Amino acid sequence: MSAAGMADDTLMIALKQRWPIPLDLSLSCAAGEVLALVGPSGSGKSTILRSIAGLYRPAAGQVTVGGATWLDTARRIDLPPHRRRVGLVFQNYALFPHMTALANVAAALGHLPGPERGRRAGELLERVNLTDLHNRKPAELSGGQQQRVAVARALARDPDVLLLDEPFSAVDRVTRQRLYGELRELSRAFPIPILFVTHDFDEAARVASRMCLLDRGSILQIGTPRDVLARPASVQAARLVDLKNIFSARIVAHDGPRSWLDWNGRRLETPRTESHPVGSEIAWAIAGTQVLLSRTDLDQADRLPNRFSGTIRDLVHLSESLAVTVSLDGRDAPLLSMTLPAHYARRTGLGPGSAVTVALMPEGIHIMAGESEGRADLP
Amino acid sequence: MDWVALSLSIKLGLVTVALLLPVGLVAGRWLAYTAFAGKGWVEAALALPLVLPPTVVGYYLLVGVGGATPIGQFWKAAFGHNLVFSFEGLVVASVIVNLPFAIQPMQRAFEAIAPEIREAAAVSGLSPLQVLLRIDIPLAWQGILMGLVLTFAHTLGEFGVVLMVGGSISGETKTISIAIYDRVQAFDTQSAGIMAAALLAMSLVTLGLIYRLSSHVGRRHG
Repeated sequence: MSAAGMADDTLMIALKQRWPIPLDLSLSCAAGEVLALVGPSGSGKSTILRSIAGLYRPAAGQVTVGGATWLDTARRIDLPPHRRRVGLVFQNYALFPHMTALANVAAALGHLPGPERGRRAGELLERVNLTDLHNRKPAELSGGQQQRVAVARALARDPDVLLLDEPFSAVDRVTRQRLYGELRELSRAFPIPILFVTHDFDEAARVASRMCLLDRGSILQIGTPRDVLARPASVQAARLVDLKNIFSARIVAHDGPRSWLDWNGRRLETPRTESHPVGSEIAWAIAGTQVLLSRTDLDQADRLPNRFSGTIRDLVHLSESLAVTVSLDGRDAPLLSMTLPAHYARRTGLGPGSAVTVALMPEGIHIMAGESEGRADLP
Repeated sequence: MDWVALSLSIKLGLVTVALLLPVGLVAGRWLAYTAFAGKGWVEAALALPLVLPPTVVGYYLLVGVGGATPIGQFWKAAFGHNLVFSFEGLVVASVIVNLPFAIQPMQRAFEAIAPEIREAAAVSGLSPLQVLLRIDIPLAWQGILMGLVLTFAHTLGEFGVVLMVGGSISGETKTISIAIYDRVQAFDTQSAGIMAAALLAMSLVTLGLIYRLSSHVGRRHG
């Protein structure tokens, strides 16, 4: 597809209002792209989807898809939902309870002549891997099966945009894993803009090609899931993506490929960071996977940079890993969180109270602009 | 048995039901799906006939549409007879008295449809009329039918308003409940007894139907 062709099918949204749900954002989603809208409750994720579908009317805004304008408050254009070519999968699927799976899909095929609807509905159900259950009513289907019917119904209108509102929240974990793959497959088969809302970062990373982090109706950061999760643009974004280890420090030197930070008297080595001059107060964060932990008596740790001694505060066994909190020595006693393989504690005999050494991988240290209030050490 | 009175009652019931079906659908949906300031007052006003003595409703109807009022004058000029003490007058009274019986069950049934289901219908390309015909009515039909049955049963038994607005003109405004009263006044207890038994049987059948239906109404869909 040419660049011009891509632009033709792109979804463009700009929304602005102060009340009752604050919104101030503009974003676009190209055909074939899966964009995840991620953020805490009340961040406006669902309202954005509803505004695109025409189920919510923002005080001011535009929604255009290709050449078609669905909403333009300045020009008093506001197409009702049934005149917008949009597919929407609701959080609880909202299937028509009195209709069979097939009839649910056929109901959205009003643009086809009557006799063709049944055949096309059948094809769509096969497309989402729902076979043999066409004549069941929604109440007789499992959560995963209902989700497939809802997706087939959303695709039935031959939509210009596909919207999914927390589509995986009502199914069990095993089904969810399978549905992730199916959604990715679907985005290849139907090259239209796909937006989906989730509050699960892991889910966004698995399914989306781009991720938009929202807070109180504004975009904090937009980029690949990897970038947003590992390199948050601000302390606020870092907190929202649940990056646990966020601290403040001061740049003391730039030296060749490295920069040096002063962290409450501790010296930290990081890859060179040009955007912050020497002397500036910054915030930094490190993912739990970038913290190495060893027993203090192991001397191999001596060769690693950014080594600090401390004590294990807490150790929680999760299904596949171990969540460890270490309190570093020093008056500020900062708490570092990290995840380790589940067998680690058993093998090393570590437990709460054990003296340990941690090493912070310089490449894992991510530097952000400091908060003006200087409260970066607060969780 | 006063067959003229019985057939008049049934005719009045059917006409009232026919008029209140569209009124109930429109008002019931409006009250179920729209939030607006003063909605409680509108609902209260529509429920008034449930608690007001029928004579009060009848009195206001006489005052409102009687021969000396503008509405009454207009009616007389247009149709050549008074609205009160005529079958048409009875229909007006019956429709007003039955508003809550028709609207409330329909409103409850529409309220039981999850909003997302109607939104999903709109997003699936269904126009508002198609949403009414393919989603609202199929999902709320028990409530709609219940409103109509309740209206019909209540019309058969209505006495006070009918007497106030219609009087007791045979073949025009004398319904079966008035006929029973007439027969008792004339010490014709045998006729009164037969008609009372007939009305009792009809009421029992319609109420039985209502209870069967009401076990489905208000159950949330979706």
